Amino acid sequence: MPEDESVSVPVDIDIARVARLARISLTGTELGIYEAQLPVIIDHAARVQALDTAGIEPTSHPLPLANVFRTDSVGDCLDRDEVLSQAPETQDHQFVVPRIMDEA
Amino acid sequence: MSDLADLTISAAGVGLRSGEFSATDLLEAVHKRATMTEADLHAYLTIDRVGAAKAAVAAESAFRRGEDHGPLQGIPIALKDNMVTRAIETTASSKILAGWVPPYDATVVSRLKQAGSVIIGKTNLDEFAMGSSTENSAYGLTRNPWNPDTVPGGSSGGSAAAVAVGSALGSLGSDTGGSIRQPASFCGVVGVKPTYGLVSRYGLIAFASSLDQIGPFTRTVGDAALLLQAIAGHDPMDSTSYQGAIPDATSGLDAGVQGLRIGLITEMMGGEGYDPEVIAATRATVSKLENAGATVTEISMPSVDYALSAYYLIAPAECSANLARFDGVRYGLRVGGSTTEEMMANTRGEGFGPEVKRRILLGTYALSAGYYDAYYAQAQRVRTLVINDFNRAYETVDVLISPTAPTTAFKVGEKASDPLAMYLSDICTIPSNLSGHPGMSVPVGLDAAGLPIGVQILAPALGEPVMFRVAAEIERQAAFADRAVLATSAVPR
Repeated sequence: MPEDESVSVPVDIDIARVARLARISLTGTELGIYEAQLPVIIDHAARVQALDTAGIEPTSHPLPLANVFRTDSVGDCLDRDEVLSQAPETQDHQFVVPRIMDEA
Repeated sequence: MSDLADLTISAAGVGLRSGEFSATDLLEAVHKRATMTEADLHAYLTIDRVGAAKAAVAAESAFRRGEDHGPLQGIPIALKDNMVTRAIETTASSKILAGWVPPYDATVVSRLKQAGSVIIGKTNLDEFAMGSSTENSAYGLTRNPWNPDTVPGGSSGGSAAAVAVGSALGSLGSDTGGSIRQPASFCGVVGVKPTYGLVSRYGLIAFASSLDQIGPFTRTVGDAALLLQAIAGHDPMDSTSYQGAIPDATSGLDAGVQGLRIGLITEMMGGEGYDPEVIAATRATVSKLENAGATVTEISMPSVDYALSAYYLIAPAECSANLARFDGVRYGLRVGGSTTEEMMANTRGEGFGPEVKRRILLGTYALSAGYYDAYYAQAQRVRTLVINDFNRAYETVDVLISPTAPTTAFKVGEKASDPLAMYLSDICTIPSNLSGHPGMSVPVGLDAAGLPIGVQILAPALGEPVMFRVAAEIERQAAFADRAVLATSAVPR
């Protein structure tokens, strides 16, 4: 492994904020664990910054694919009742969720 | 025949066709092996005895009618539990999917059924395939059949252990950073990550979509080629599925390596974290190939030292997007809340295990405003450098060789509290996930502790024929397949 101590910048991650963005509720204990662990992992990952990538195009996918089309034709679908049978709560063939907007 | 559960797929195929035994006999031998080993190993999450018995009977009647759908007809196969199976519970080893019964089959499952295979059940994995030891399963860990104090590797540890111990003749796993090859190496079996796009991902519960690829575990190289041919091929349900002609992995199995050019990756042949016994076994393997007529050169690929870092930005970034679908609305667990957003956060907080949360948080952070360019975009550029290094190497060699993993199987619990140490066990396998190229692991021997050592063969995109050709020669030279069968009988039963 090359030594890249110079590029390890100490990172201070606001785990509570990231968890809110990710829609994951964390306990106080979990917050503490991730506050300790994530900076270590990010520090290692930040080694990518040591490489000279001027003029290098990013790769998002191993295959040079763009806009794969198919004919827009009617085909078989999943069975509605079978799909809905797996949902936590349904009503009138629809998924039920708690209220989304405040009743202001 | 001493025990049908010890047969290879190709040998079982001969016996089924000659009428020496039936598909039901074969399935019963595999069930008996599972009954003897599951209490110690826990390779399976679900064994579908009823469905498998029906499939075995169907295969028998097909044979009687003279219908032959190829080498997998009547063969018992296990599936990693992140491939969806209609009417069989599929959890990806997560509490968030406990009790979920999918309304459809993954394309690989449909293909196996069309080929007449008998689906035994669903194997254990690290939750959502995130891990390298199968210790991250919400339903308990799987142990290594060679030594139950060690891990089977991961994330497809259940699929690897089942094949190693004979509770499946073959199995499927998925490989995002090494999750087929590393457990194959730890369990002394053959494991293949095909070229990205060769096998449909439709119905594979997504972890990192630009890296995930399904592939086979078997006891021999020839069996792996048979299983791969059965599942490979274009699928309109997967937009990243390869549309061209499928290379024939079975085509060069007996061709030998005379005249082939082999490159040894310098960066993976020692240094911190590498077990000297593993390096020695890799060098010995390469010498045998040289004696068999191949030319060997060392090739330096400087970017692979950065591949792990790039991977731990790219894979979590993709996982944080893919796992957004587990929101307590359409399937799986729901934990209540006064608003939809609160319900989602509670469901995900309760339903995901520690490693999955860690990776979603990492990915969310790496993609968040202000950090995107420094982390994710830079990782994508490093991905380009890795691909360039591979392409340069394949201008001068036909295949590349390295250890599959820097060490043999480690102890249960050894790396459980140090995520970075765990991640480092995938250092040899990750680069070819970033490049999309095929790779496979073949067992070559045992270390002083009696644990299997695997050697990795890498090839250019769609280079499966040459990769399998070299793998078959390594297998012949190592003569390991025989010993693996003997060693499985030493497992406590």
